[in-house]
Amino acid sequence: MDNQSLYNYILGIADNNLILGQRLGELCGHGPNLETDIALTNIALDLFGQTRSYYQYAAKLSDIHKTEDDVAYLRKEREYKNVLLVEQPNTHFGFVIARQYLFDVFNYLFIEKLQQSKDETLSAIAKKAIKEVGYHKRFSGDWVKRLGDGTEESNQKMQEAIDSLWQYTNELFEMTETDDLAVKAGIGVHLSEVKENYYTEVSDLLKEATLAIPEKTYFQKGGKQGIHTEHMGYLLADLQYMQRTYPNMNW
Amino acid sequence: MTTIEKTHIEKHLIPILEKVSDPEIPVLSVLDLGVIREAIEEDGIVKIKLTPTYSGCPAMDMIGDDLKKAFSAIGKKAAVELVLSPAWSTDWISEEGLQKMEAYGIARPLSETKDKDALLGNQKLVKCPQCGSTQTHLISQFGSTACKALFKCDDCHEPFDYFKCLK
Repeated sequence: MDNQSLYNYILGIADNNLILGQRLGELCGHGPNLETDIALTNIALDLFGQTRSYYQYAAKLSDIHKTEDDVAYLRKEREYKNVLLVEQPNTHFGFVIARQYLFDVFNYLFIEKLQQSKDETLSAIAKKAIKEVGYHKRFSGDWVKRLGDGTEESNQKMQEAIDSLWQYTNELFEMTETDDLAVKAGIGVHLSEVKENYYTEVSDLLKEATLAIPEKTYFQKGGKQGIHTEHMGYLLADLQYMQRTYPNMNW
Repeated sequence: MTTIEKTHIEKHLIPILEKVSDPEIPVLSVLDLGVIREAIEEDGIVKIKLTPTYSGCPAMDMIGDDLKKAFSAIGKKAAVELVLSPAWSTDWISEEGLQKMEAYGIARPLSETKDKDALLGNQKLVKCPQCGSTQTHLISQFGSTACKALFKCDDCHEPFDYFKCLK
């Protein structure tokens, strides 16, 4: 696999973490209570930590983006390869939890397989991340159950959140050209291997949470090609503000 | 990125490494914590391989700087490299480190199965570092840092941090 393709493959994984971490970071100081506030920002911290490892590796492969910060801050919207699910804006807590859970299950199953990658660095990052992501999934899954099987209002809000985010789940398993190359090289994960387990696991938990599994729907996609929802531009404006305003600034 | 299967720390470097502590838990040295995977002196340069407890641990950059400072104070240059594999585990914290941690007010990590039971609230297992009671309950799965959860003692009513098991 050539460097450019490997670079693209890494970004396809890492951008999901960066963008979801950014969304969770927005909630710092705004969580519904202290414990969940700390939890969401701790999860963001784990995701950023994992992203740094991926971006440091990516930066070594790129001629243009030479540092992890370049990769994070100096790309244009179309160059971000995250899925649409993770860029969806924060609304109520149930929505934040639903987005987190739908991503956590995927992330766990994905990096579980990535541990076997022939690429030593990706495998090492995955082995480190799997322990953290397992804990995220436990947290978000517990809350889906608690809210789903809670009061009439919490159940209704949770159901609405699941219904509105369901359309973004299928994109998680869309194979791009880069994915195909990575699988062929023994570096990447074939996403169809993850898909079945994903829907089984999610459906089981939704049932336990007394939530209905959404009927088959029209699925949105585009994030992996860099075609994002309207929300992405606003998110990046926030994320990149300091670097764009004061180029090359450092902490 | 390199993989370090076995730790290799040269004896004469230990007295310096012992002085560098985790900024979040100052009573623990980097050796107690088990984050130093390799420390060797080669061609006048101390080469250190450091592994993070959690991927996003903000203390890592600071520990790296502190290591360099500690060696430069005795006129030695140090190079610090971050390694991820094998991933850090709470098993690598020394017994001495665990004792210091408890004395500092942080409950020590339980075994993997017990940890799960305690964090899911199935059983009361975490020992209060203040009064020693195991009548404690989880307040928050996430605590003041990524490596800890928040508990409260039902006997002495003190809240405390519990160092989560990581394997």
